[in-house]
Amino acid sequence: MREKFFKSGEHWVWFNAGAIAISLVMVVGLLALIAVRGLGHFWPKEVHHYELSLENGEKAHVLGELYEEQSPKGAQDDSETQLLIKNGNREVYGLDFTWIHKKHVTAESFPSDVVVLERREWGNFYGDLQKVIIDGAEVGNDKESRYAAMLARINEVNDVFEDIHDLEKSDIGSVNYRLEELRLERRRLELDGKDTREALAEIAAQEQQLKNEFEDLQTKLNALYAEAEKDSVVVKTIEGKELTVNFAMIVRAFQPNKMTGLGKVGHYFEKVGEFVLEDPREANTEGGVFPAIFGTVMMVILMSIIVTPFGVIAAVYLHEYSKQGFLTRVIRVAVNNLAGVPSIVYGVFGLGFFVYFLGGSIDDLFYPEAKPAPTFGTSGLIWASITLALLTLPVVIVSTEEGLSRIPKSIREGSLALGATKIETLWRTVLPMSSPAMMTGLILAIARAAGEVAPLMLVGVVKLAPTLPVDGNAPFIHLERKFMHLGFHIYDVGFQSPNVEAARPLVYATAFLLVLVIILLNIAAIKIRNNLREKYKSLEH
Amino acid sequence: MQSMNDSVKDSVRALLDKQTDSGHHTWRRVKDNMARYGIGLGGISVIIAVMMIFFFLLYVVLPIFKGAEIQAGKTQSYPAESSLFWGVEEYGEIGYNLNAEGSALFFDTKTGQPIDQYELELPGGASVTSAGYADVEQNIVALGLSDGNLLFAKFKFDISYPDNKRKITPSITYPFGEDVIELSDSPIEKISASLSEDTLTLVAAGAGTEFSYIRFALEESFSSDGFSLEEIDRQEVTADTPIDFLFTEPTGIWVYAVSRNGVLQSFLFSDSEEKLLENEKVALVEPGVTVRDVDLLVGGISMIVADDKGMITQWFPVRGEDNVYSMKKVRDFSFNGSPIVTVAPEVRRKAFVALNENNELGMFFTSSHRVVLTEQLDSQVSKDALALFNPRANQLLVKNGQELMRWDVDNEHPDLSWSALWGKVWYENYSEPEFTWQSSASTSDFEAKFSLVPLSFGTLKAAFYAMLFAMPLAICGAIFTAYFMAPQMRQMVKPAVEIMEALPTVILGFLAGLWLAPALEEHLPGVFMLLIVMPFGIILFGLAWHFAPVELKHRIPDGWQAALLIPIIIIIGWLSMSLSYPVEQAFFDGNMPEWLRQHGITYDQRNSLVVGIAMGFAVIPTIFSIAEDAIFSVPRHLTNGSLALGASPWQTLVRVVLPTASPGIFSAVMIGMGRAVGETMIVLMATGNTPIMEANIFEGMRTLSANIAVEMPESEVGSSHYRVLFLAGFVLFVFTFVFNTVAEIVRHRLRRKYGSL
Repeated sequence: MREKFFKSGEHWVWFNAGAIAISLVMVVGLLALIAVRGLGHFWPKEVHHYELSLENGEKAHVLGELYEEQSPKGAQDDSETQLLIKNGNREVYGLDFTWIHKKHVTAESFPSDVVVLERREWGNFYGDLQKVIIDGAEVGNDKESRYAAMLARINEVNDVFEDIHDLEKSDIGSVNYRLEELRLERRRLELDGKDTREALAEIAAQEQQLKNEFEDLQTKLNALYAEAEKDSVVVKTIEGKELTVNFAMIVRAFQPNKMTGLGKVGHYFEKVGEFVLEDPREANTEGGVFPAIFGTVMMVILMSIIVTPFGVIAAVYLHEYSKQGFLTRVIRVAVNNLAGVPSIVYGVFGLGFFVYFLGGSIDDLFYPEAKPAPTFGTSGLIWASITLALLTLPVVIVSTEEGLSRIPKSIREGSLALGATKIETLWRTVLPMSSPAMMTGLILAIARAAGEVAPLMLVGVVKLAPTLPVDGNAPFIHLERKFMHLGFHIYDVGFQSPNVEAARPLVYATAFLLVLVIILLNIAAIKIRNNLREKYKSLEH
Repeated sequence: MQSMNDSVKDSVRALLDKQTDSGHHTWRRVKDNMARYGIGLGGISVIIAVMMIFFFLLYVVLPIFKGAEIQAGKTQSYPAESSLFWGVEEYGEIGYNLNAEGSALFFDTKTGQPIDQYELELPGGASVTSAGYADVEQNIVALGLSDGNLLFAKFKFDISYPDNKRKITPSITYPFGEDVIELSDSPIEKISASLSEDTLTLVAAGAGTEFSYIRFALEESFSSDGFSLEEIDRQEVTADTPIDFLFTEPTGIWVYAVSRNGVLQSFLFSDSEEKLLENEKVALVEPGVTVRDVDLLVGGISMIVADDKGMITQWFPVRGEDNVYSMKKVRDFSFNGSPIVTVAPEVRRKAFVALNENNELGMFFTSSHRVVLTEQLDSQVSKDALALFNPRANQLLVKNGQELMRWDVDNEHPDLSWSALWGKVWYENYSEPEFTWQSSASTSDFEAKFSLVPLSFGTLKAAFYAMLFAMPLAICGAIFTAYFMAPQMRQMVKPAVEIMEALPTVILGFLAGLWLAPALEEHLPGVFMLLIVMPFGIILFGLAWHFAPVELKHRIPDGWQAALLIPIIIIIGWLSMSLSYPVEQAFFDGNMPEWLRQHGITYDQRNSLVVGIAMGFAVIPTIFSIAEDAIFSVPRHLTNGSLALGASPWQTLVRVVLPTASPGIFSAVMIGMGRAVGETMIVLMATGNTPIMEANIFEGMRTLSANIAVEMPESEVGSSHYRVLFLAGFVLFVFTFVFNTVAEIVRHRLRRKYGSL
């Protein structure tokens, strides 16, 4: 029996089965790892209160979230275990994190009154709420009412901040944009030699008007800031140090130890919403990734607009028009090479050709007034989209061609026999029938482009873009602007951030978001393709 | 109304549908033809795209290998009658001449016309007997006087832009005061000074073999905007040989005295103890050969020596095994065997120009070991000819007797050559020739090191470890999936692999760098145990399954082995990891990375093992998909025949299926290799990106692609660095082009072969 097992090579079969099983375990494990870490980030963690008695006899208190537990290799018991506590309060402790020895812990509790303040600067605060000062007077006479008053005021201030944000981004942004336009206008007139006194005077008048507008807005803005900053809370750290925190600093307050299960779920989704819809804070380590999502989507849309016609035409040529011969083989080699060329090479090409050569030429021709500052002659959204369109071209070609080859010959012949020309046959029958295949190709291209980072580092992404590529200023879509990208965000925050430890959960969350999008896109592509295959399988017989 | 509408429609239609002789309608035929050409163009545009990438990269790279070009200006007569010293400002527009009487003349280099004249304030009756740059960039000159005193003068050029045009106004200032510094009683015949950020070193010699060594500290002076000098060291030294050339360098610790017969005596002064440490004598040339000119290159480390046999040699101090520096000949240039008249170094690069008695002009670059240009001159080169570059090195001036010759120089990339990019190069401060990549540093006189060898090595190393991990898993997995797996399971596995392929590499890199690397360091023995235990565990389980009761076996049909193995693999993995520490304690003193270090093996946390696993993960699906396709498309009747003749499935696979599918598997490996070679984000994030040449699996590497990603955003457009990065991109392009084309041709052959079966 055993001899037969080895003689027939059965063990090798098992061996091979092991290989695919290992691959599957790795994929699923990796996805699970990202999902667990990424999704866990938003869950409100309980705040521990550790009482420590140190070796020198001193007592100490640490208040914070338990972040990680680490024992040295092969430790038999807890004696050497260290706990990493996120104790926040960066203005007091200097760092967000502290290590404590588990053996020093004499008592551990979860005080229900602990308040966590998420702030716009200095990270989280953990401690007790002492006073709420609104309009110079203390509000609330017990803990509950104080807390409620604080929450109410935070909501009000956040509304004020929304107004501030609107004012800064759209109104003041628009004034600045128009001022810049006027400056360019004047320069253009100078370059053209048309800088007559009247023209300059008109520009100056407009400028004055805008400046007045700017002053008005500035006054309004200052009033709003004053409104946001007028009240504050007094909080106490676990050591008993009192701090005054202005309401303008507070994004959110919650009491994790008091939260019910439902409350936690609510908090969770609130955080998820913030992550997806808000701007990043604190050098990208807190807040949301909305600009990165927006930038990725914009780039992908532009890329789709460019790549689809080219990819489909090339595929139609390969499959419908060309005679199978030397030329088609050369084209196929070219397509395969486009698919195989490392993405960084596209980045290098995009930077040299699109950005410096094409962009530089466009600047010379159309934007001489902005010089020496480049307009299109620097990396930006449009160049990133074109570069990625080139990169994903083979994906669309291969997929479309596969779709074309699945359409039975009889359909084409039927159409031709009825007197339609070749293009009519294609346009009316073949292309509509193969549109799911094009869709598949496009989806795969989008999935590829959404995850590609290396070329983008050279042709357009930045860690923090001050403005989105789309805004309310004509011409509304600013193709030359730099943008943020989810993939690059992961690289940048995970590896270039000054506070990697604090940023890590956010990176996992971003990674999860990106993986989720890409997997959904791929599954959609696979489903569409399988449907198409099924459909034409029945036609063939 | 209806009918009228119809009739209009009809008439329009009739117009459009006018039948032609061939039976087609004109308009429709035009449309058809337009579509044909449009689509044809679209198809060919793919080729155009590939060609464009290729040629554009080439277009940026090619200037690297272009030699220098010079454009002669009109020869003028030299504006001054006597000359002791001359120089030129940064842009090469205004030159200056100093004669022994202390009269400084500024002149236009293009026309030779005098612009301005100044008289130096020399102490009564003294004349200038020698002069040498203390700082070329700032045009600060040390002057040795006939009364044995010293004076520093600065040829100052103020640049202003009235009416947006550059205007340069020359003047003379005294950066360290107008008072002379007393040195000796006899006239100073040789002088060399060198200014660094906070010190000024000066050596000066009279007619004999003695020289003085003085070192000053620079003190910011409050009275003027310049500096005042405070003497910190002064020594009198006697050389063993006549002093025909005398040099010191910016750090002020080396002094070189060279005699005409080619004996170099180098003196090492200590920085701290204020004394002469040692000196060494070296013969620079063969006996009987005379040294014609000697100069130091920028930075003061390298010395170039030109002799009357037409040889130019480069020397610099090299640290020996006993930690003692000695002057070594690093490389030599032959200049057509004709005695050399003069050499002149560039101000900002390690390049120099030479003139020989055969009336030739040659331009050289040291680290690339390149003769960038040789040019035959029309006029006779006189014995006392001198050459001079402006600091930007786009103007070359030659004073030939009473002639002033001028050239516009276009010499962008002399620092690059085949040998500099791919060969071992002996750089300054290195003890031997090495492959080094170091593209930038904080200092300006830095020698850029552009060897692509460490980067290519790193690329291949990363690809090798990735393939080592990916090939067995991908090919074995493909074999099982294509040949043994139950169709239902295959339908689940294939999408899973496609999703694996779609995972962005930035995520793999991020996990590799921040999660896998620390985890591996923690469980290193477990990982190696896993490698050994896993195959045995799997086969043992197979054997156990073979003996399992029939009822149990019947529940799980054939082709689901892989699913059965999943829990086994998880258990083995978990066991290995939890046994990791006991093993580590038993064999590796409780800490394997530390143990490795003690045994002389460097261990970096982000190492090749991490890259191999992460990049292997990225490559597996690529190889898997193509290989699986190749195996799956082997015609069934071949396997059925083999099975019918009594071969076991495995025997059929090995003898029939694999040979038929082997070209496909080969092309899968090639394409996987191509992907591994070009992968950027994973190596960028999972290694330390140090350009080293070590095959050690526990050390990192820097790959061509990661190097581009790191350095491209900071490189200046059009610089040598920029072009070298493009060259790296071009190398990657060509590399993957070859791999992909070979793979495609192999696959094409395969397809044709199956077509006939």
